[in-house]
Amino acid sequence: MKLSPRRILMGAAAPVLSIVVAMVVTSIILLIARDPVGDVWAQLLKVPNPRLLIAIGNSAVVLYLSAVAVAIGFRMNLFNIGVDGQYRVAAFAAATFGGQAWLPGWLNIIVSLVVAMGAGALWAGIAGWLKVKRGVSEVISTIMLNAIATYLVAFLLQKVAMSAEGSNVSSTKKLPESSRVPGIPVTIGEQQREIYGLLFLAVLVGFLYWFVLNKTRFGFDLRATGGSETAAVASGVEVKKMVLTSMICSGAVAGLVGMPLLFGQDYAYGSTFQPGLGFAGIAVALLGRNHHLGMAFAALVWGFLDQQSNGLQINAGVSDRLVGVIQGVIVLSVVIAYELVRRANIALEQRNVAAALAAEKAKTQRDAAEVSA
Amino acid sequence: MQMSARVLPHAGLSPTPSKKETTLRQVMKMAVAATAASLALAACSSSGTTTPTATSGSTGGGAAAIKVGMAYDVGGRGDQSFNDAAAAGLDKAAKELGISSKEASAANGEAESAREERLQQLIDAGYTNIVAVGFAYADSVKKVAATNKNVKFALVDSTGAQGANIENITFAEHEGSFLVGAAAALKSKTGKIGFVGGVEMDLIKKFEAGFTAGAKAVNPNIKVSVKYLTQPPDMSGFGSVDKGKLAAEGMYQDGADVVYHAAGGSGGGVFTAAKAAGKWAIGVDSDQAASPSLASVKDVIITSMLKKVDVGVYDFIKSVKDGTFKSGEKVFNLKSNGVGYSTTGGQVDDIKAKLDDLKQQIVDGKITVPTKP
Repeated sequence: MKLSPRRILMGAAAPVLSIVVAMVVTSIILLIARDPVGDVWAQLLKVPNPRLLIAIGNSAVVLYLSAVAVAIGFRMNLFNIGVDGQYRVAAFAAATFGGQAWLPGWLNIIVSLVVAMGAGALWAGIAGWLKVKRGVSEVISTIMLNAIATYLVAFLLQKVAMSAEGSNVSSTKKLPESSRVPGIPVTIGEQQREIYGLLFLAVLVGFLYWFVLNKTRFGFDLRATGGSETAAVASGVEVKKMVLTSMICSGAVAGLVGMPLLFGQDYAYGSTFQPGLGFAGIAVALLGRNHHLGMAFAALVWGFLDQQSNGLQINAGVSDRLVGVIQGVIVLSVVIAYELVRRANIALEQRNVAAALAAEKAKTQRDAAEVSA
Repeated sequence: MQMSARVLPHAGLSPTPSKKETTLRQVMKMAVAATAASLALAACSSSGTTTPTATSGSTGGGAAAIKVGMAYDVGGRGDQSFNDAAAAGLDKAAKELGISSKEASAANGEAESAREERLQQLIDAGYTNIVAVGFAYADSVKKVAATNKNVKFALVDSTGAQGANIENITFAEHEGSFLVGAAAALKSKTGKIGFVGGVEMDLIKKFEAGFTAGAKAVNPNIKVSVKYLTQPPDMSGFGSVDKGKLAAEGMYQDGADVVYHAAGGSGGGVFTAAKAAGKWAIGVDSDQAASPSLASVKDVIITSMLKKVDVGVYDFIKSVKDGTFKSGEKVFNLKSNGVGYSTTGGQVDDIKAKLDDLKQQIVDGKITVPTKP
């Protein structure tokens, strides 16, 4: 694939187009809702203060893990909606295990991470197994498993919960001090804030995602199956095994989603543990187009928008729900823009090919005419 | 894949091609549609009346006007329940004390850092008297209060954060529920009553515990059926009229003739079910029989358990204005008239003497109401 001006133009067209569409549609919605359009953009385009920057970074770490979990499924043509349930089951399992402090310090952290991956993999594996053995669509089974996860975790939490008097929050036993992952201190300007220590975990997962998918036989098989199942079968890929394996991998990564929160912030799993990260992950994976760096960028954008909710309410005086609307508009614009650019690209290629063919045809006719002459 | 298209009717999918193999692009398209739909749903859920968080300012206070920042829980102003009760206290203070205020509410599934950021941004904007509505704010109040020692905080429903600049507004919901439990048992002809809880968590269990204890105090043989609508972290049980209706219908069909709800916005469904079945219901938090939006069902609401969040918020603002702010826990119980029962509609007039006698016994300490079922 060589870089031609056209390729560069086409590559840049989609992101630019999607941003323009998102801005226009959002402004129209704001106008209809009679909200101050200028104030909203002033707030959104303002450089965030250091405190907010770190909060965005922290949100992005968690969202990125979730997006990778979803993307593993996407690359294989599997729609794992169950990341939401998987990360909650996993976070609960890890928090319960880690809270017991059976192991000292860092060992406890590492084993807890393994427990989380195991729990996530197990939960996703159920859906994978059902698909392979019974042909149940993973979309349906993972949605169901999300609901089951909610009830199961709520039930188990009641069994093990310690609730501090008067706090109205029940949670698992707190992790011992020695098994917490210290934040990475970041100084911006005068403020010193901390980013989750498990940032390195997200980076590692991102690297492995890229490496395994693009540099290994397994990754090739996975992408091949995602591209065309029949072609994969023809080239000797065991599709059923691939389905189960990729579902388990997706679940294992999903298991890690809650870990930065658990080890870097909450230190326990309780009724206020952040919900809904699995669904946000789907949006981030779409936005990042399943690309290891694209998703990192998308996670930052998503985190940025999430954290703008307060500013929009307090400084621009618009409803918090507007942020949800903007996020939805962005996902749609990105997808529409890429689709438009893809079609334009195809049309352009077809025209080029047609022109080349026509020239070829004209040439052969001319040759033939010359021969016969 | 065709199956999955059917379970996601809202996703607006074009009919899936009948060829056996779905391409990656189709899965991605479906994912986009589902994501966009879920975001759109999230954006338009919670309350029907989208009240933009405007500055309900007042100019009468002069230069030294008290500036109050309100941080609501999920749902915000307009939730017909808990947040609205807090908002009522703020409105009263705005009218009577001439304060200026700024409001912001939590988004569903937000990060812990977003709560912290909300409090901090309110403070940055100059609103240095903060009301944090809901126990989910405990951790963030703890952090923000420690670094903003000159800012005064009121934390509703939790003693999870304490300090020299924090007032903890808590309620003896179990005591108020005890009285309405007694009222239900006294009114019941079938000897069966019901309790509908919004979300199964410690706070709502306090309501259940008091209700059951009160009912048993007047009729030891009474049967109390209990139903929680959702489990954490699914908080939709506080805002799903359909779920409330379904749960109450089941209880009425089962022979119950009085149902008490502690389910926020879902309570509307309980009243509708009571009306349809020709039975009774008991409201919660505010005097629901007097609520204009419930006028059509007010005749089935025999009483409501009053949890005077508005009084708590108003008192806090007043104490700040008067310079009498006191940190620490402020319990709103039967003794201080912070909880109680309503008499609107006159349906409990015949048993009022009995209820007031029980109330006196609780105030005197002769009856201890349990907080756990």
